Amino acid sequence: MIERTPILNLATHLILAVGLVLILVPIWLAFVAATHDLQAVNSAPVEFWPGDQLWPNLKEAWALSDFGQKFVNSFIVAIGVVVGKITLACLTAFALVFFQFRGRMVIFWAIFITLMLPLEVRIVPTYAVAANALSPFQTIMDWTGISWLLNSLAGIEVSLEWNLLNSYTGLILPLVATATGTFLYRQFFLTIPDELVEAARMDGAGPLRFLWDILIPLSKTNIAALATIMFVYAWNQYLWPLLVVTDRANYGVVVVQLSDLVPDQLTTGGGTPTWHLAMAATMVVMLPPILIVIFMQRWFVRGLINTDK
Amino acid sequence: MRRAHFKFSWIVPLLLAPQLLVIFTFFYWPSAQALYWAFTLEQPWGGGNTWVGLQNFRKVLSDPYYWGSVRVSVIYALATTVLAMGMALTLALFVDRQLAGYRAWRVGIIWPYAVAAPAVGLAFNFVFNPGAGIFSVINTLSPGWWDLSKYPWQAVTAIVIAGAWKQVAYSFIFFLAALQSIPRSLTEAAAMDGARPLRRMIDLQLPLLTPTFFFLLVINITDSFTDSFGIVDTLTGGGPFRATDLMVYKIYSDGFRGFDYSGAAAQSIILMCLVMALTFIQFRYVERRVHYT
Amino acid sequence: MAEIAIRNVTKTYGKTTIMQGVNLTIHNGEFVVILGPSGCGKSTLLRLIAGLEEITAGEIAIAGQVVNDLEPRERGCAMVFQNYALYPHMTVAENVGYALKVAGVPKAERMARVAETAKSVGLADFLDRKPGQLSGGQRQRVAMARAIIREPKVFLFDEPLSNLDAKLRVQMRHEIRRIHNQIKATSVFVTHDQHEGMTLADRLVVMNKGTIEQVGTPAEIYDRPASLYVAGFIGSPAMNFLPGQYSAARRAVVLEGGAVIGLPGDPGASDGQFVQLGIRPEHVALRAPGHGMIDARLEIVEDLGASRLWNLRIEDIPFSLITEARAHPPVGATTGLVLDLRHAHLFDGATGKRMETTLGALRAVPAQ
Repeated sequence: MIERTPILNLATHLILAVGLVLILVPIWLAFVAATHDLQAVNSAPVEFWPGDQLWPNLKEAWALSDFGQKFVNSFIVAIGVVVGKITLACLTAFALVFFQFRGRMVIFWAIFITLMLPLEVRIVPTYAVAANALSPFQTIMDWTGISWLLNSLAGIEVSLEWNLLNSYTGLILPLVATATGTFLYRQFFLTIPDELVEAARMDGAGPLRFLWDILIPLSKTNIAALATIMFVYAWNQYLWPLLVVTDRANYGVVVVQLSDLVPDQLTTGGGTPTWHLAMAATMVVMLPPILIVIFMQRWFVRGLINTDK
Repeated sequence: MRRAHFKFSWIVPLLLAPQLLVIFTFFYWPSAQALYWAFTLEQPWGGGNTWVGLQNFRKVLSDPYYWGSVRVSVIYALATTVLAMGMALTLALFVDRQLAGYRAWRVGIIWPYAVAAPAVGLAFNFVFNPGAGIFSVINTLSPGWWDLSKYPWQAVTAIVIAGAWKQVAYSFIFFLAALQSIPRSLTEAAAMDGARPLRRMIDLQLPLLTPTFFFLLVINITDSFTDSFGIVDTLTGGGPFRATDLMVYKIYSDGFRGFDYSGAAAQSIILMCLVMALTFIQFRYVERRVHYT
Repeated sequence: MAEIAIRNVTKTYGKTTIMQGVNLTIHNGEFVVILGPSGCGKSTLLRLIAGLEEITAGEIAIAGQVVNDLEPRERGCAMVFQNYALYPHMTVAENVGYALKVAGVPKAERMARVAETAKSVGLADFLDRKPGQLSGGQRQRVAMARAIIREPKVFLFDEPLSNLDAKLRVQMRHEIRRIHNQIKATSVFVTHDQHEGMTLADRLVVMNKGTIEQVGTPAEIYDRPASLYVAGFIGSPAMNFLPGQYSAARRAVVLEGGAVIGLPGDPGASDGQFVQLGIRPEHVALRAPGHGMIDARLEIVEDLGASRLWNLRIEDIPFSLITEARAHPPVGATTGLVLDLRHAHLFDGATGKRMETTLGALRAVPAQ
């Protein structure tokens, strides 16, 4: 379209520039702080340009927070959530979309409702379940009298115990327990033309064969989209790991570690606040999901929009 | 739904079992548990439960601190939503003009979505710090005027700005996607009718964004209730004087620091109802949108 | 190679009946075209044969074996879909060979058969392409190859040509017929396009509202349509119908406008019975006004090149004829018409059924 709007174009760039500056400034300042030493950071006026202390600060923050193991843990948790979600979502959506059976709508809604309540809202009881993941089943057996029956008939004392505190399973499973990915998959499966299913059936493919040979190869972009979103979601989890992990040395994740770096009375004991270290650590922790979002932008945006959260 | 199906077989329960087990254990059971606790009084980790009816709710609702928490949560929700959506909408409208550098602008605005809430909180903690950040400049001019840990309104302002900063990217992505889904022919028709770019923004693009706008409104408010924990915990710690004690934060501190499971459960139930009500509105809306497109 | 027997088949969805008591036998090696407007149940019938839908009542047997409870893959049918339904992530070779892969045919043999089949439909140079890189006609060929490679007992075609442009459609029509003549598998071809039906079929099945109206060779159906519906559906431009009352005394049809058309034979109608007199546009000749059997008013003339299609009105009833005359009378002009009554058809006004008596015997065209 031929449209000459030089003034508006200039204004457009100006507005966008102002917006971008507003977005960048806080992180820029944090970055600058991470590149100066203790003294420079705490002296007014504020530094606006990076110094040369980034590397030493990073090294010190890394050692201080014992980031090595924690980064490994963060990656394990994020990848665990990604793989778990994708697998569960794919299987569930496949069963719901490609099979007709009684109770299908009930199951559909049972899964749908989990979208309503984020983990943060039901944090207290979820924590109690994590202390013993089998407690729901124990309670059900107690109520229904199965425990009593087993006890009196076979002499077995039923006491199911599976403590998830301080474990990767405990970090991962509750984060998998929502329907986000299921709906992304369902949307996608519903766009598969009926004739493709029929062609596969005519070609002799059973349901699992169809899933493996046709659906999964076709849903590659879907998987990429879901993977980026879930990686960012899992990496950035804070409240849940804060609660479920008390053994930080072995199971701590990096994002939780940030809370220890807040330079308040507790950490500095009244000394000069160590902002340069806190900011250096922040930079390191932020980086992996940001890189994912930037490099996987196309899939990330698509996934976000299609899941509608 | 679709007309082509496989025959039901033993595969189906196997496919569904993992998800259903996980959801039951980590979603339905805890939610039911919260209900149970809300109506009983329980000692943390064992001990007896006694049925107390609505007593826990009465106690929570007669607690002035609770109402303070509700108040600041509402302020936080509205303020972050308005700020974030306003900024996101403006940026999306101008990025959508697709001038030179379009991709760069887009990436520049999207990436904050990936920043963890506590990292946002910590970064803003530095920025707003009375001794070290840019706001320390104010204090060199007028010593002691700016201090988050002393003045409630400053603390609230700080979490609102940090929260809004984090939310901009999300709304931006949706606004931009909605703008780009407006058919090109529509824009061209408006141009043939003599509408210039700004005019088209007002007459064409904004009205067509209405569904997205309402969708984002609900999502942003819901998120502000649930997603704020990390920011508050690293930026203000709920203080000063409980001025930034948002609802989720209070549930956490009552439940895990105060070991008041029943009180925390009652608060959880109230928050659940609130979030469900908001989500319900959204589902109804989403339902409608599905029908229209 | 197999005979398909469809016995009293009914299909319902909930309370809607899609198909009611359909009986049809398709002989071994025969090419049968099921023709009908959209929603008449023709695709459903095909899908019932394929096993993609379950039969509500009745039975279908393929090669003497009742297949009601067999899965699609157990029935030995191959199908060509309207949208081709090619797997978008597989190459042409993988698409064509997929059924063999599922069946566990060793790779070397599979590749050889894929190459051979692809060659026979002219796809040899495209084996490594993805469906997205092919033209409509090429995709069509892939869909054909995918069906052929399985050497099925039965070929099913679900409007396979409707997504192609006119020229390609004719070309593919010939191709399909050529392949059929080569491999002689029993074929069932569903379409709404009567040209496809007429040119492809050994026998045509005309369906309407879930029932079969008529089964016969294309010539039989064209020359002796069994009902008003078939008569109107087959033939382009469509047959003209003139409603009237039979007068036994005059052995004639008295049209609503008062014109009397004397019949050359006894139609076996009772005096005063309401009938529809049908005549195809090519069986009408022009005369000067008042010199034909009946007068009509000209509305529009369409030039078809070799001939001209006159759209007329007799009273208010639309009527058309085809003539080679190049005269171009003004719109609104009156003209006389002569109907070649040896080619006329008479239908019961109430039931729409063909009145099959001596009227038919008088006709010059021999029934096949």
